[in-house]
Amino acid sequence: MSTTTVESKHSAALDAAETGDAHLITVTLRVRRFNPEVSDQVVWVDYEMQMDPKERVLDALHKIKWELDGTLTFRRSCAHGICGSDAMRINGRNRLACKTLLKDINPEKPITVEPIKGLTVLKDLVVDMEPFFQAFRDVMPFLVTKGNEPTRERLQSAEDRARFDDTTKCILCAACTSSCPVFWNDGQYFGPAAIVNAHRFIFDSRDEAGEQRLEILNDRDGVWRCRTTFNCTDACPRGIEVTKAIQEVKRALLTRRF
Amino acid sequence: MSAETHNPVDAADAADGGVTPFGPDNPAPFIEPPRARTKRTPRATRTNFEMYGWLFMRLSGIVLVVLVLGHLLIQLVLDGGVSKIGFAFVAGRWANPFWQLWDLAMLWLAMLHGANGLRTVINDYAERDVTRTWLKWLLYAATVFTVLLGTLVIFTFDPNIQ
Repeated sequence: MSTTTVESKHSAALDAAETGDAHLITVTLRVRRFNPEVSDQVVWVDYEMQMDPKERVLDALHKIKWELDGTLTFRRSCAHGICGSDAMRINGRNRLACKTLLKDINPEKPITVEPIKGLTVLKDLVVDMEPFFQAFRDVMPFLVTKGNEPTRERLQSAEDRARFDDTTKCILCAACTSSCPVFWNDGQYFGPAAIVNAHRFIFDSRDEAGEQRLEILNDRDGVWRCRTTFNCTDACPRGIEVTKAIQEVKRALLTRRF
Repeated sequence: MSAETHNPVDAADAADGGVTPFGPDNPAPFIEPPRARTKRTPRATRTNFEMYGWLFMRLSGIVLVVLVLGHLLIQLVLDGGVSKIGFAFVAGRWANPFWQLWDLAMLWLAMLHGANGLRTVINDYAERDVTRTWLKWLLYAATVFTVLLGTLVIFTFDPNIQ
């Protein structure tokens, strides 16, 4: 496949589309900015730019960062919805900036972009994720087994694997935890993401510390603080049924006792 | 929190201009969320209190639907509605141990159900530990008082009182 063959197939319409900017629309991004080295106040700043509606919010943020205002600070790494770095509150809902197309969030009105709630804002869209990861560590998110290590893989049936398939999809972006109203008011609550990652091991047939994790989540700040508002399920960019996972942990705790 | 909207130029002016005491060597304090989790956050309490509380809410809720709706039906709808209620009506009903038990169950379940609900509301919304403790003790005191007073009235009710 050579470049010339590809180019020879270009139609006049395609050439026009590539050179022209007829498809571009004017987009306003309203970003909530905070820089402790300048002010203790938060300001909303509007950025207007020409964007393709099929581009993502992350592309718009890049355009600001690279062409309009280099002081804008945000996290992103893979930019393809895998690393979970760029969760932010876009138009009042937690989403990944790299998975949100401009055309899907009504670009005719200013698009608001804020840092996720419930965590300390360090600068602009960057928050301190440490409390979030502390809750994650507290549920022991690793395989725990007894006895000698096997010389080959730990086998598992397809049904056993399917039991916790949904919760293996978590990318730790914190979109769910920072959409939870209980977490906004009390950061001591484990939060949906930690419970999802506990669920992933509690229902894993190869793991032997399920009881211990259930005991941790039976705590004052554990699953019983969930009010089933479904904010987490709505926010999850991977489509994990977060509230369902939390309810399954509750049920496991109840059936363990009764 | 300022909700003003600026264009980039204005924002730069607002940020640089004026006499803000903040700079790279003297940054403004961060806005911390209430009660963040740290390494020192207390470990599991090893009791099932929250689980039983959660379960109690569900079970008492189911029973209360029957008790309260039945109560409302008897008091307000059947037999001439609200106009029939008087000292004699209450005295007549409490002469029967069944209605005594009905009202006692309703009193205890409704009070504990409501108190537990308010306890979770206080836990969710009171940010400072001191506020939380005081609100909860106030709640517990009010609950105990009401439950004890109600129980006393149901069992020591005297229809011949002057």
